Amino acid sequence: MPEENKDTTAKEAPAAPASGRKPLFSASPHITSDETVPKIMWTVAAACAPALFVGVYFFGPAAALVTGVCVASALATEWAATRFFLGRKETTITDGSAAVTGILLAFCLPSSVPLWQAAVGAAIAVFIGKTVFGGLGCNIFNPALIGRAVMLAAWPAAVSGAAFLEKTASGALSLPSAVARVPNFVDAMTQATPLAAIKEGKFDASACPSWHDLNNLFIGRCGGCLGETSALAILVGGIWLLFRKIITWHIPVVYIGTVFVLTLAAKAPDAFKQQSMEPVLYMLQWSLFHVLAGGLFLGAFFMATDMVTSPMTGAGKIVFAAGAGALVVLIRFLGGYPEGVCYSILMMNMVVPLIDRFIKPRKFGTAGGPK
Amino acid sequence: MSFFGFKGGVHPPELKAAAGKAIETVPPPQTAVIPLAQSLGKPAKAAVAKKDAVLRGQLIGEAQGMVSANVHSSISGTVKDVGPARGPLGTFVECVFIESDGKDQAAEFKGADLNALSPQEVIDRIKAAGLVGMGGATFPTHVKLAPPPGKKIDTLIINGCECEPCLTADHRLMVEKADDVMAGAAIFRKALGVARAIVGVEDNKPDAAEALSKSASRHGVEVAVLHVKYPQGAEKQLIKALLNREVPSGGLPMDVGAVVQNVATAKAARDAVVEGRPLYERVLTLGGGAAQGNRNFLVRIGTPFSEVVKFAGGTKGDAMKIVSGGPMMGLAQATLDLPVTKGTSGILLLTERETGPQRMFPCLRCGKCYDACPMGLRPALISRCVEKRRFDELEGLDVLDCIECGCCAYECPANRRIVQNVKRGKAEIAKIRRKRKEKEDKAKAEAAKPKA
Ligand code: SF4
Ligand code: SF4
Repeated sequence: MPEENKDTTAKEAPAAPASGRKPLFSASPHITSDETVPKIMWTVAAACAPALFVGVYFFGPAAALVTGVCVASALATEWAATRFFLGRKETTITDGSAAVTGILLAFCLPSSVPLWQAAVGAAIAVFIGKTVFGGLGCNIFNPALIGRAVMLAAWPAAVSGAAFLEKTASGALSLPSAVARVPNFVDAMTQATPLAAIKEGKFDASACPSWHDLNNLFIGRCGGCLGETSALAILVGGIWLLFRKIITWHIPVVYIGTVFVLTLAAKAPDAFKQQSMEPVLYMLQWSLFHVLAGGLFLGAFFMATDMVTSPMTGAGKIVFAAGAGALVVLIRFLGGYPEGVCYSILMMNMVVPLIDRFIKPRKFGTAGGPK
Repeated sequence: MSFFGFKGGVHPPELKAAAGKAIETVPPPQTAVIPLAQSLGKPAKAAVAKKDAVLRGQLIGEAQGMVSANVHSSISGTVKDVGPARGPLGTFVECVFIESDGKDQAAEFKGADLNALSPQEVIDRIKAAGLVGMGGATFPTHVKLAPPPGKKIDTLIINGCECEPCLTADHRLMVEKADDVMAGAAIFRKALGVARAIVGVEDNKPDAAEALSKSASRHGVEVAVLHVKYPQGAEKQLIKALLNREVPSGGLPMDVGAVVQNVATAKAARDAVVEGRPLYERVLTLGGGAAQGNRNFLVRIGTPFSEVVKFAGGTKGDAMKIVSGGPMMGLAQATLDLPVTKGTSGILLLTERETGPQRMFPCLRCGKCYDACPMGLRPALISRCVEKRRFDELEGLDVLDCIECGCCAYECPANRRIVQNVKRGKAEIAKIRRKRKEKEDKAKAEAAKPKA
């Protein structure tokens, strides 16, 4: 058959190539890059793997279970919502975006969260966070963070780090003993905002986090949500995403950098008052603590970088990330919550349309030239 | 030579399988179908009638008005008909059908010595030969060589970038006919009366750069090697890369003192001036995975695509897309029943794998199109405005600055049809402007009435 085909084409050179199929007739360009939406989404999902491994290593199989439930619930919701709510025939669960939402939501839940709550949270994340806006690409807020915010309001005890840490401290959860390496700070943080605590003089110089604590934080050997504790694991996934050009450096670097610099500034007054250690080291260690503690790395590499809900241009991303970084520091030091990553990103999501309106690429032909 | 680069752009796979293949000559066709509209501007007017005998190189279409180009016969024989047939855009246009007499007899070409010619005489020869931009834009060459008096040109740029994937016709021309190309550059330089001429070549064609360099000093033309990036061969980007000058929005290269000509056009200018031979054949690349062997061919204008494909050995497998020109900016065609024209830089039979994923997804706002756009536009926004039919917002998005290079749609992971929407948007803006003008004219007429 192929032989025959070749023959006829060679002899008659028909108007249209072999086998009668009409050639595709569409506008240029006629080639496209191999990048597709599903590829991007599934790559993000795969880049979450290191953090999940570390989560399971430190928090046990419960971490995997919570993640699995979130993903399953997110996919089911996506399927049902696009079909019945948006009325689309083609299913969108294969594009991977719902799976990513599920994974990221799970990552900012403690492994002790009741599974049904996790499932409801994931459903809310997909439905309220994305579908009601019109589906993928139309949402204003990061869906996973919407899910978390709603859960935090509905079940504060089960979801917030506070309850989790109290439980940890009281031994209600069987965690590797190493988890409680930095308990003083984290406990203190959960009781009062650090800045207030500092003002009250609760921390003396000896309360500064040690290098050992920081190392534990970096590796993820501490209490927290199941996917956010290990900066190292997130960094591995994040660097892969950078390498794959799915995210750009702007948001992670500026977001984390802003938190670092602002914490340095915030700690300066104390640093020079206290006498027990070098002020510079004191500031540095506090800044690193704030960078590594909580969900900043997860937020910086996986949440704030969400394409749909972040600005389009590099400059816009810098503004976005700087704003989010400032909000984290404000919330942590002045606000009512111990953690500010989630709300900082959600708040900056709101101003993305504004950023995109004012920060545009420079148009060719508006500068240069001999005149 | 320093090199300034330009913002944006993409790096598509080169797919230049024919880069090492010497130019082969396709025999003249039995019947040549020669469109009278082969350039931008007005179509030429038929200068022959049915049953006339014509020779190769004989004028068969006369340029009409300022922006138009002569058309010549590419074979000898008799005019069978003058009537509509599928033209370079895939639409039906007026064509001259010439039946070959098999003798391929040439008209008499009068050569000349460049040194003995005045700039105006050079331009006249180029005009008579029906030269157009052979990179695909098909702008009549003589118009570009005669800038309006107010414009001061200081640099001639010869475009040897051939940044489109697949295409290697210019590349081969530079390797095999380097001296002719350089001579053509010298001819353009004389016509323009400028001191400086630069040939820009991308660094994926070191053999071309080397060949050109050999005759560079003889013709006093510089050779600049540029880092590969698409669309470096776009006039505005090439001027930016070579001279660090930005053509203002809505302006022309001459606004920044530059004129850009393609290498194939330079070679044709040399033929026209030195040999007196009009433009009736060109080199093109047959490319794509569905073509039996990717090669470069010297083809007479008016040869059907199907004959070129047949000469090369036919197709293999299914072509997902037939394209005339390059894969980034060429035109999709419904059939191979279409003549080669002065602007046909390539015939591509692309396979499904080469065309890449087609399924459309919602725009992710990933910003890849913003980064890729060499014109600094916001393609995603333009595309969305067109999709939502918010045409009145389009003017504010500088749609008219788009060069339709396709970088945005190439990069788009969601496969949004951005270029298609841009084209639509441009048409809609034209409509809006026309309406506005009509309104203004009416208002003016009304205002003028009572006074009169
Ligand atoms: S908007 Fe126009 S100029 Fe910009 S990348 Fe797309 S096709 Fe090219
Ligand atoms: S490249 Fe495509 S998906 Fe990304 S912003 Fe542009 S149009 Fe949207």
